Amino acid sequence: MLRYALKRLLSLLISLAVASIVIFAVIEIAPGDPASFMLGMNAQPDTVAALRAELGLDVSKTQRYLNWVGGMLSGDFGTSYTYRTPVGEMIKDRIWVSLPLALYALTLSTLIAFPVGIYAAARRGKPGDMAVMGATQFGIAVPNFWFAMMLVLIFAINLRWFSAGGFAGWDKGAATALKSLTLPAIALALPQSAILARVMRSSLLDILGEDFMRTARAKGLTRRQALFRHGLRNALIPVLTIIGMQFAFLLAGGIIIEQVFFLPGLGRLIFQSISARDLIVVESVVMLLVFLVIMVNFVVDLAYAAVDPRLRART
Amino acid sequence: MTLSRSILIGGLLSSLIVTAALISFVWTPFDITQMDIPNKLQTPSAEHWLGTDHFGRDIFSMIMVGARTSLAVALVAVGIGMGLGVPLGLWAASRQGGWADEIIMRGNDLIFAFPSLVIAILITAILGPGAINAIIAIGIFNIPVFARLTRAGALPLWQREFILAARVAGKSPARISFEHILPNVANLLIVQGTIQFSLGILAEAGLSYVGLGAQPPTPSWGRMLADAQTMVAFAPHLALIPGLAIISAVLGLNLLGDGLRDHLDPKIRVMRT
Repeated sequence: MLRYALKRLLSLLISLAVASIVIFAVIEIAPGDPASFMLGMNAQPDTVAALRAELGLDVSKTQRYLNWVGGMLSGDFGTSYTYRTPVGEMIKDRIWVSLPLALYALTLSTLIAFPVGIYAAARRGKPGDMAVMGATQFGIAVPNFWFAMMLVLIFAINLRWFSAGGFAGWDKGAATALKSLTLPAIALALPQSAILARVMRSSLLDILGEDFMRTARAKGLTRRQALFRHGLRNALIPVLTIIGMQFAFLLAGGIIIEQVFFLPGLGRLIFQSISARDLIVVESVVMLLVFLVIMVNFVVDLAYAAVDPRLRART
Repeated sequence: MTLSRSILIGGLLSSLIVTAALISFVWTPFDITQMDIPNKLQTPSAEHWLGTDHFGRDIFSMIMVGARTSLAVALVAVGIGMGLGVPLGLWAASRQGGWADEIIMRGNDLIFAFPSLVIAILITAILGPGAINAIIAIGIFNIPVFARLTRAGALPLWQREFILAARVAGKSPARISFEHILPNVANLLIVQGTIQFSLGILAEAGLSYVGLGAQPPTPSWGRMLADAQTMVAFAPHLALIPGLAIISAVLGLNLLGDGLRDHLDPKIRVMRT
């Protein structure tokens, strides 16, 4: 296990290093100099040069890359070009919208997908299964931001149960804050739950064909007992990987949904910074998202290997 | 052998969208560059089958031209993925366990680990919004999908007798890969291609929605949705129709892909995440 963990840790570090180089390089090729952009067209050359020095732009590319990575490692994400505030502060405010939203959506998606997937597997080939499979095909095809607009139309504009956008803030109480995240979470969760339900179903169907399930039936368990006592536990392994991947996806995928609902999360921060050419913010927030996604996958892999020794041998 | 219901429904939906896109090159009910403000925001009628938008443009015509944008972006993105991914996968399989295999597969893992949407947004934001950059951003993430699939399909083939025969006959690994391995993994690639095509349409819609895809005046379904957002309260059909167009295209391709998979080879399984 230790050998496996070390091996995964090494590849995690390589991934992060390559990711940071790619992100830095992409930002580097962006046209325009942030300092001249901030000061406008009529700025004096020496003012621009002074600002470049202040922002740390006057050193070589390699040095700037090292400064950026070194800063992030010590918790310093740089200073926003437009707001002149530490990027770390801006992230801290917004991650408390994006992270809870992703978790909320993941919870909803799992709560919907498990019963639906189990139901479909238990009714394999019957009308109930066919209906579920049809509905999930449809769910996969729905773009979540469009679904979000439909939710706004129905539940915010027509029924007035929720507000159409914005975030109440955690200081108004958890219930109020969660309420303003409910429509966005549903919009994110439903298409994901369609995928998850299908994985749950096919994973269960694979397990139902196993010898130990026949043994369980032979020793006198009913179909249902066998399914819940032996089938479900074994079927969960592939489902858990997908859940891990979905969390990563929801975290990153939330950025478009945040646009629909005007939620002050990391996604809106990225878009606002892109239009303000505040590239240091874009750079650091994208790196943070990539870091979170890679970390989630790493943890899932390890958890997986801890549960299933066969996986350690394979890699 | 009869065709399954998935192939029929999926094929019908897909060909409907493709036909609409092709016809739009020579004919649309109305000229979509022509604004007609007095007739703005009309609901569907005999004259305007799907109504008009806030500039009085005919929505049916815009959907037809938008289909062109969606299909073109997704198709070229799949082309990039296949064009680079398949040779890489073939190469990796022919050098199984060698350094080339190792580097290619680790590189693939790396791209897979990236949140594709975030990177796509980064690329289009930096290189500038537009259809070409959207294609590049979506295409890059198709490469590892096809490389992995091709390698996985090719590996067991290298153990087979007919490949051994080709090697004994003195053919190079590259020639064997293209002449004998590739035709045998073609089924897999067709099925995965259909699925990636549908994912490409969704990705393009997302990028256009946030303003990073095709730019006006080129109509695209995602852009139509973005325009509709502020008007959804009093003109819901503006949001409803492009959404249904996206769903039909994606649903059609997914059904077609699933149906083809069962039809061509019930054993194979396609990666879908």
